[in-house]
Amino acid sequence: MKKFLAVLHARNMEFLRDRSALTWNLAMPFLLVIGLAFTFSGSNKELYKIGVVGGIETLTRVAPALQSTRHILFVPYDSLATAIDKVKHHQMDMLIDVSGTPRYWINASSPNGYLLERIVWGTEGKQFQRQAVEGAEIRYVDWFLPGILGMNMMFSCLFGVGFVIVRYRKNGFLKRLKATPLGAFHFLFAQLISRLLLIMVITTVVYSGCNLFIDFNMQGSYWTLLLVTTLGATCMISIGLLIAARTASEEFAGGILNAVTWPMMLLSGAWFSLEGTHAWVQQLAQIFPLTHLIAATRAIMAEGATLSQVMPQVWVLAGMSAVFLALGALVFKWE
Amino acid sequence: MTQIITATSLVKHYPGIVAVDGINLSIRKGICFGLLGPNGAGKTTTIEMLEGILQQTGGTVLYKGEPLGTRYREEVGIQFQHTALQEFLTVRETLELFERLYHHTIPIPELIELCALADILNRDTRKLSGGQRQRLLLALALINDPELIFLDEPTTGLDPQARRNFWDLVKLVMSRNKTIVLTTHYMEEAYALCDEIAIMDKGRIVSQGTPAQLLFEHFGDVVLQIPRADAGGRLFELGLSIAQAADTLEIKTNRLHHTLQQLIENGANLDRLRIRAWTLEDLFINVTGKSPKP
Repeated sequence: MKKFLAVLHARNMEFLRDRSALTWNLAMPFLLVIGLAFTFSGSNKELYKIGVVGGIETLTRVAPALQSTRHILFVPYDSLATAIDKVKHHQMDMLIDVSGTPRYWINASSPNGYLLERIVWGTEGKQFQRQAVEGAEIRYVDWFLPGILGMNMMFSCLFGVGFVIVRYRKNGFLKRLKATPLGAFHFLFAQLISRLLLIMVITTVVYSGCNLFIDFNMQGSYWTLLLVTTLGATCMISIGLLIAARTASEEFAGGILNAVTWPMMLLSGAWFSLEGTHAWVQQLAQIFPLTHLIAATRAIMAEGATLSQVMPQVWVLAGMSAVFLALGALVFKWE
Repeated sequence: MTQIITATSLVKHYPGIVAVDGINLSIRKGICFGLLGPNGAGKTTTIEMLEGILQQTGGTVLYKGEPLGTRYREEVGIQFQHTALQEFLTVRETLELFERLYHHTIPIPELIELCALADILNRDTRKLSGGQRQRLLLALALINDPELIFLDEPTTGLDPQARRNFWDLVKLVMSRNKTIVLTTHYMEEAYALCDEIAIMDKGRIVSQGTPAQLLFEHFGDVVLQIPRADAGGRLFELGLSIAQAADTLEIKTNRLHHTLQQLIENGANLDRLRIRAWTLEDLFINVTGKSPKP
């Protein structure tokens, strides 16, 4: 314990005294949230998503003008209940059911739903019956915030831990520690906890700070949110430790870190919903911890999901953390 | 005297390279043992296998008769040739960090006094001079009160004064009955500090013993240096082994008394004659054919 605390303290002091890194870590997510909230608050998304129950071919026959309208993505669904739920939670802008009497659903609070309704009227007249669904108002920034926080955690965890350990190895500090009785597990655990504390403090500060200006929608429990974000951060730190477990090349580590972060950034649902993408893309996204972190935080914040409702993500994140940390400790080399 | 560390048939292979080729070493407790050799001779590889930092391809290393293990980590002190410290920490904080990694340690105030660190305790370790940094690294190597201390080229890059100050420090450590294993490029350093030396070349030990014993074994003769103007008229007709260096003649002989008589009979003026002692540098060149300078 004494050894662990010694390394933990030293690492914390190193980070806190590196003012440029500290400033950047604090400023970057603020700038991102403010910039992106400003950019995406308007209705400047060009692509609309319409779920279709009853088959795309039927829709083509029933509403050819609508079906041929550009910039609309039609996503087939088998289950009406599932599709209605997507509309309710702003994952789909409109749902059209052509299995019987043509009808459509929109979320009354959705600007995109409103616009699509006008498009439907303009292209197909009023042959469709309107079916409004009720859903809590979820602004784009509310949908977007978990993604931003998750991505900031991802970058800080992966690059913060990965590059630091590679630098330690490259400059011989790890070799110096190897000459002491300090074990690899104590060292790695101290790095993990140090970065985790840092991430959680920064994320809390960023969340609270942004909340003052934007007033986020938070339906669920903060404790559940804390648990999920802690597990998410632990999981991504563990990936960083695994990547940095052997290499002494910053360039190599940088390449691997980029190779891991870019797919996560694009496919984990941080920027856009994966509804309508190929099934294999959605399956692939499940291997990323960021996907589960964002899904769980969105569910907690936007829908008020309870701990039992996000337990699947909790188990996945905990399992991944254990596997990556064990692998990292197993393959770790001091030199 | 008890052997503190022994290496038997120590071998280290890298792809396409035999870095260390069957070394046998036995280092007595309480001495300063010097490992010398030209660049690429395998010194650092050997010392790192002795330190337990590098896994050997073959052979064994025993510390007090036992394989290297957890006890070894607690009882050995190491100053690496190239190392870095945790950034943004002061000298005091760095000492405290390493102190907490061991069960048994020297009290930090004692270490501060021993290594003359009092004036730089609150200084960021990145802002230390070369000599100050080496003193701190030595302090870290001593922090667990080790019985065996490895110093891998500890004075490389230091100015002559800082180097001599460091030697004084090492002598102070030696006076505490510690065993030191030292690698160095500086032959005068080895001569000043080492009780026993081994010279390595191409992964093997080519010569080993006390400095005086090795010099005696390798150089049975002495070198007389005499200014050319003082040597007398028929010196080159006396059948002596003479080398010419600028305005000085160097006469190699293993019959000092007889040669001096010959010089006197030849009318030489011996007032400015000097007998040059053989040095470890001469020995090094003699056994490796290379200069010890890095």
